[in-house]
Amino acid sequence: MGKIKQFFGRRSSWSIPYLIFMLIFVVLPLILVVFYAFRSPQGGFTLDNIKTFINEKESVNTLLYSIGIALINTAICILLGYPAAYILSSSRFSSSSVMVALFLIPMFINVLMRTLATVALFGFIHVPLGQATLIFGMVYNYLPFMILPIYTVLQKLDRSYIEAAQDLGADSMRVFFRVTLPLSMPGVVSGIMMVFMPTISTFAIAELLTMNNIKLFGTIIQENINNGMWNYGALLSLIMLILIVLTNLFNEDKEEASAAGGLI
Amino acid sequence: MKRNFLAKAYIWLLLILLYAPMVIIGVFSFTEAKVLGNWTGFSVGLYKSLFTSGAHEALMSALLNTLIIGLVASTLATALGTVSAIGIFNLRNKRFKAAMNTMNNIPILNADIITGVSLFLLFVSLGVTQGYVTLTLCHVTFCTPYVVLSVMPRLKQMNPNTFEAALDLGATPSQALRKVILPQIKSGMVSGFLLSFILSIDDFEVSVFNVGTNGLQTLSTFIYADSRKGGLTPELRPMITITFVVILAILIIMNLRTKTNTQTKTLK
Repeated sequence: MGKIKQFFGRRSSWSIPYLIFMLIFVVLPLILVVFYAFRSPQGGFTLDNIKTFINEKESVNTLLYSIGIALINTAICILLGYPAAYILSSSRFSSSSVMVALFLIPMFINVLMRTLATVALFGFIHVPLGQATLIFGMVYNYLPFMILPIYTVLQKLDRSYIEAAQDLGADSMRVFFRVTLPLSMPGVVSGIMMVFMPTISTFAIAELLTMNNIKLFGTIIQENINNGMWNYGALLSLIMLILIVLTNLFNEDKEEASAAGGLI
Repeated sequence: MKRNFLAKAYIWLLLILLYAPMVIIGVFSFTEAKVLGNWTGFSVGLYKSLFTSGAHEALMSALLNTLIIGLVASTLATALGTVSAIGIFNLRNKRFKAAMNTMNNIPILNADIITGVSLFLLFVSLGVTQGYVTLTLCHVTFCTPYVVLSVMPRLKQMNPNTFEAALDLGATPSQALRKVILPQIKSGMVSGFLLSFILSIDDFEVSVFNVGTNGLQTLSTFIYADSRKGGLTPELRPMITITFVVILAILIIMNLRTKTNTQTKTLK
């Protein structure tokens, strides 16, 4: 009894329950994804799922198409979001924090509600649903996720660098491209992380915004799992997982990646 | 002066674009037409019918499920996350600490759909029937990491010796936890809890794989199923409007209250 008490008296032991929890609910499920990906429906090891993926052009094409849409979406989000973050951080507004909050509120509205509202907007102005509406809807959904990290970095940025550049005779364009932009790159990178991958893997947004005419990679994962094709669905998930791991290698700063988590 | 005006105009234009869809939903929640976009005269009929008991049982029970699961999951996540953050913070073994932090980051960095599929596979392989309990556990899984990340900075700001001092002065570990550590990390716990709650009620991609087949629906999965059937339940319009106004109000109030330095403090 005394030993048990001593064990829990050490605060480092308090991490043990979470360790067990994570092993069961985080690590084991991911191992199962790999396990199912290389298993045939009858059981037993197989590479059939990979063969299907390579031979059946649909999945590969969907993946490439999704990456294309994600690239376009990310680019538009940067082009629209960067100026917004820049303006907001330069405190042109007396009530800047409320303005920032206004930009971030859509993040806290259920994604399906947001998307249905966009669909309603297109219905209202009689725009047929298709690729263009898909991209607009994606930008609408992900723009706040781009603005937040860039804004956070810009706000923390040491103003004396800019003043120094100005003192040394740089015009405002030069100051921006040589000083502000390079210094705010970490924010842009986090923004890309928060926009690019989710675009590929989302399925409800694409489904609702195109009446299920355009499929993204997330859609086919969901369809396979829903139709009982667990093994093929697991393989597609594994491919997605590998993509996520690869992109995360570029983003070492984990705390930035959770920038959305820092809002409250 | 002109640049200033342009900057302001740009921000307002962006905001109008961002809010246009919500405004349209809001406007059309005050008319009874089945199809959105048809205006059949002003009426609060949809609001009335939303709150008429029995009329929209499925929608209301989905809302109730969402709120219950959100509250239970964020409470559990806050408890687990706080205890774990203290544990991880005090780990001496650097490698183990790094491993714990990495594992903690997995659900944050992972795509929701993968989290959903992988948990689905877990329950299927274990032969567990999916329902209320498993769905709550799923939500705890993706909420706890955010609590750990919210509490950790508070622990780093704390004087590490106060806990030992309390023990030396005769406090039991649980007393020391309640009277020494908790008051100092409370703000981190509150942000962790609020964030968990929002993440939980907002979640769709994890829930849709894990609601099981017993008819359990959250608000997200209900809306999804409803939109797939075609013809959206018109009562969703007042529902979305109310949710939107409530969240808008909460966030604006929170923001006005935590201005300047308190805000930068809670941002961490």
